[in-house]
Amino acid sequence: MKKTDVSTYDHFLKVVDCQQACPAHTPVPEYIRLIADKRYSDAYLLNWQSNVFPGVLGRVCDRPCEPACRRGRVEEEPVAIFRLKRVTADLKDDISARLPKAPEHKNGKTVALIGAGPASLTVARDLVPLGYEVTIFDRDFKGGGMMRSQIPAFRLPESVLDEEIDYILNMGVKTEFGTPITSLHKLLKDNYDAIFVGTGAPKGRAINIPGVKEADAHIALGIDWLSNVSFGHNDKAPKRVVVLGGGNTAMDCCRTAKRLGGTDVKVVVRSSYAAMKASPWEKKDAAAEGIDIIVNHTPKEFVMKNGKFVGVAFEQVESIYDRGGNRVLKQTGKTLFVECDLVLVAVGQDTSFPWIERDIGLDFNEWGQPELNDKTLQSSIDKVFFGGDAAFGPENIITAVAHGHKAAISIDLFCQGVNPEQRTDSDFALISQKMGMHEWSYQNITDHEVRHAVPHISWEKAVKELATEVELGFDDQLALQEAKRCLNCDVHTVFTESTCIECSACDDICPVDCINFIEDIPDNTRPAQELLKGKLHLDKATDEQDYLISDKLKTGNIMVKDEDMCLHCGLCAERCPTGAWDMQKLTLSNVEATIK
Amino acid sequence: MSFAKSKFHHKNLPVNDLGLTYRDYEGAISTLCAGCGHDSISAAIVHACAELSIEPHKIAKMSGIGCSSKAPNYFLNNSHGFNTVHGRMPSVTTGANLANKDLTYLAMSGDGDSASIGLGQFAHVVRRQLNMVYMVANNGVYGLTKGQLAATSDRGVKNKIGDTSLFNDIDLCVMALQLGASFVARCFSGDKNQLIPIIKAAIAHQGFAFIDIISPCVTFNNHPGSTRSYDYVQEHVTARAVTDFVPIKEEINHEVPEGKFEDVCLHDGSIMRIHKLDANYDTTDRFKALQDVERHKAKGEILTGLLHLDPTAQHYHELNNTTDTPLNQIKQDLLCPGERVLSTINDSFR
Ligand SMILES: Cc1cc2nc3c(=O)[nH]c(=O)nc-3n(C[C@H](O)[C@H](O)[C@H](O)COP(=O)(O)OP(=O)(O)OC[C@H]3O[C@@H](n4cnc5c(N)ncnc54)[C@H](O)[C@@H]3O)c2cc1C
Ligand SMILES: Cc1ncc(C[n+]2csc(CCOP(=O)(O)OP(=O)(O)O)c2C)c(N)n1
Ligand code: SF4
Ligand code: SF4
Ligand code: SF4
Ligand SMILES: [Mg+2]
Repeated sequence: MKKTDVSTYDHFLKVVDCQQACPAHTPVPEYIRLIADKRYSDAYLLNWQSNVFPGVLGRVCDRPCEPACRRGRVEEEPVAIFRLKRVTADLKDDISARLPKAPEHKNGKTVALIGAGPASLTVARDLVPLGYEVTIFDRDFKGGGMMRSQIPAFRLPESVLDEEIDYILNMGVKTEFGTPITSLHKLLKDNYDAIFVGTGAPKGRAINIPGVKEADAHIALGIDWLSNVSFGHNDKAPKRVVVLGGGNTAMDCCRTAKRLGGTDVKVVVRSSYAAMKASPWEKKDAAAEGIDIIVNHTPKEFVMKNGKFVGVAFEQVESIYDRGGNRVLKQTGKTLFVECDLVLVAVGQDTSFPWIERDIGLDFNEWGQPELNDKTLQSSIDKVFFGGDAAFGPENIITAVAHGHKAAISIDLFCQGVNPEQRTDSDFALISQKMGMHEWSYQNITDHEVRHAVPHISWEKAVKELATEVELGFDDQLALQEAKRCLNCDVHTVFTESTCIECSACDDICPVDCINFIEDIPDNTRPAQELLKGKLHLDKATDEQDYLISDKLKTGNIMVKDEDMCLHCGLCAERCPTGAWDMQKLTLSNVEATIK
Repeated sequence: MSFAKSKFHHKNLPVNDLGLTYRDYEGAISTLCAGCGHDSISAAIVHACAELSIEPHKIAKMSGIGCSSKAPNYFLNNSHGFNTVHGRMPSVTTGANLANKDLTYLAMSGDGDSASIGLGQFAHVVRRQLNMVYMVANNGVYGLTKGQLAATSDRGVKNKIGDTSLFNDIDLCVMALQLGASFVARCFSGDKNQLIPIIKAAIAHQGFAFIDIISPCVTFNNHPGSTRSYDYVQEHVTARAVTDFVPIKEEINHEVPEGKFEDVCLHDGSIMRIHKLDANYDTTDRFKALQDVERHKAKGEILTGLLHLDPTAQHYHELNNTTDTPLNQIKQDLLCPGERVLSTINDSFR
């Protein structure tokens, strides 16, 4: 069979499920170990290096790392990764002196960033210490983008946001706030060496059904309404509010409405409860705050009575999935009428580029999105780069950050006259964690331990205060206990064929039957999954990980390890008489360069 | 201390008829040297018992003294056990078996324990045809006492400190065959595909089952001059047949190619299916087995697999016509019928 390529870091990085799933490849297990050592500032800075906003993300990250977490495969629930991230921000010391600074001598290159959301801020953070002169434009009067304008303060306190944005702006970024960019053509003439577009997806989608014109005064686009609340233009909601949509914006709308005086707040969504786009925890929190979620209903009409708006009429639908797995809505014939005073429409957002002239050489695709090189985020005008929601449509903060890193590398190469596709990859090292007999540098014993819940203020109090954070975060004790649940997936089982004497000790001891010694299969072409079916102790429980396949051993057999269930407990290495297995920690010299 | 085995197990781990996984048949974590062949034997026993769905409390683990005899601590945590005196395991097992013939007796001994100090006990328990599985973890040395040459070491080999084995070796399989054991096998600890079915068959066999298991001692007998090292055994092992164990409940496919397969029906109705690699091989032929073992040895090869099986042989309880009810379950008044009956018996001799 084909031996696993261990000459690059790809196999190993993939084994670290959370790090691989994090768009910015944050070295999660490493910072969790630092937390366990109570080295909060170090843990914070390690985070900051990769994800730029640990305090923000520790509260509101979409956390793609968690569904990927290995602990969720071997037990029920993943490690509370993003909760631990918040701990680093909450318990750190003053770290400002440890942050990078702009060099005194600039490199003579200027870069303009349009929009001051997380994507642009990340580009600034990466380029300023390299000597670039960076100017950031935003039509809003403060930086942060949707982190400020959309995410309500009860989930993300302003002070946390200000602190982390200031770390970047104080490095010496020129800000042009309150300045909308109305023409790319004009900006191009200002002779910046590069331009980064991080304008997000700021246009809320409307619903066009009968009554929409007549009821206009009682209908608002969710994201516009939320930013009006954030910027203090709006501090009241009527008693009866209906929110249309089932995503996170809908959840923020309903919870905000409740805090501004709504007593009867309902969310009505076309899909089933399970298929709602909102994250499970958002749905749970909304329900805890007494918000009704009505599923399987699609709006039919904004109803006026005697020239007065009275409510929304809905049709009940059933979600049916066709052969291709696509959802088709089928009407059941039943209807529903919901009385209300205000409708908040939260059914999606789009990018918006009216300020980019279509005749200046910037190509758009059929969906109105800029044509971009996936690898570099470069557009058809070579000095213009895109990132964040503006690049491929609405995502989340951590994706915007990852784009920011990627674009910063491209811009740096471009400004040095190098094609941004010619990127240098990160170096990697695997370092043995053996400290002595039965002793490893990490906590390798793992057993059942349920995920710890985060403490929060009472729900009665929560719904009364717009700017009071609901969640309290872990204290040091809870953090320590949760940190112990991490399986240290970055400490890898590294196998050396030449020293294995095929005693099978590792195979015998492995608690999860990962390790197999089998006859070689003379086939280099078909996928390992197919070739190995029925040949190993146990078939794969999930497909999330690959096999680690060795070269031929002395007897002609091969070693096949299924990376899926491995606990990184180190027993194989402990039991190996010749050191053919060793537990080695993966370190990457340049995590940003691994974002592809 | 970072040496504990996690209770987590693979999500696809099968359960047996009792609803147990093989992990439920494990013992304490081994304190033997990393890479010791004995640990592989323990693992094979764990899998064999789990696959046979034996209730753990219906097993007794018997052993003498040695690394091998320590091993029962590392399997079947919920079974009975007796770690006896050096070389005396056979008599203690005989006693236990007499008292309760309902248990499965799994004995784990070493080549020192059985071929040196316990050779006399070994010979007699074979003669007795005690219903038990007698396993010897054969590493050619006294592991526990730091590597002295054992009586099973081949003549002329050197141990780790350079002592030469001056005397002829004892081959326990040959002895067992000569003394009439009804089940004799030789295996290699590193080959579980062979070992597990043979342990299962040995358990199913009613009578004395002997398995000599070559089990390298990584610390004291894994050097280049050794004939019990992993490298040497892997290079010199030959098998007579591939053995499969088919439990009673599984249906037997009768359409097997003639001449190459032999199905042997065991006492309890289960089947040993033997895929012959040597066409002249016949499990019932004891003399042939003796010859084959010696002939391969002369060629420098280690013959493994099932060497001999006589499913019809009578075992100790049958030979002695003991009661069907195990003695430990017979109430006192039956076991000891009292003074009146005794005097009647005595009177009959007057
Ligand atoms: C209600 C809501 C809740 C959300 N909750 C979460 C959450 O909990 N977790 C999460 O990870 N993500 C969340 N998101 C998504 C997240 O906010 C975005 O994905 C992220 O902010 C995108 O970052 P960005 O840098 O691409 O752009 P944005 O944050 O959208 O920033 C773009 C900036 O560009 C400015 N701008 C736009 N056009 C111009 C112009 N022509 N001239 C000058 N300035 C301009 C805008 O004013 C804005 O400040 C939420 C989104 C919404 C709508
Ligand atoms: C009566 C008695 N004599 C001698 C000893 C010392 N002793 C302990 S173990 C052992 C040899 C064990 O060799 P073996 O049975 O081959 O087991 P191994 O450790 O090799 O697995 C000896 C001689 C003893 N414990 N008791
Ligand atoms: S167990 Fe730890 S290292 Fe592994 S995926 Fe989960 S958080 Fe990451
Ligand atoms: S570290 Fe080794 S023994 Fe532990 S689960 Fe992974 S493969 Fe098995
Ligand atoms: S324990 Fe070590 S020497 Fe033995 S089979 Fe495993 S890797 Fe090979
Ligand atoms: Mg020995």
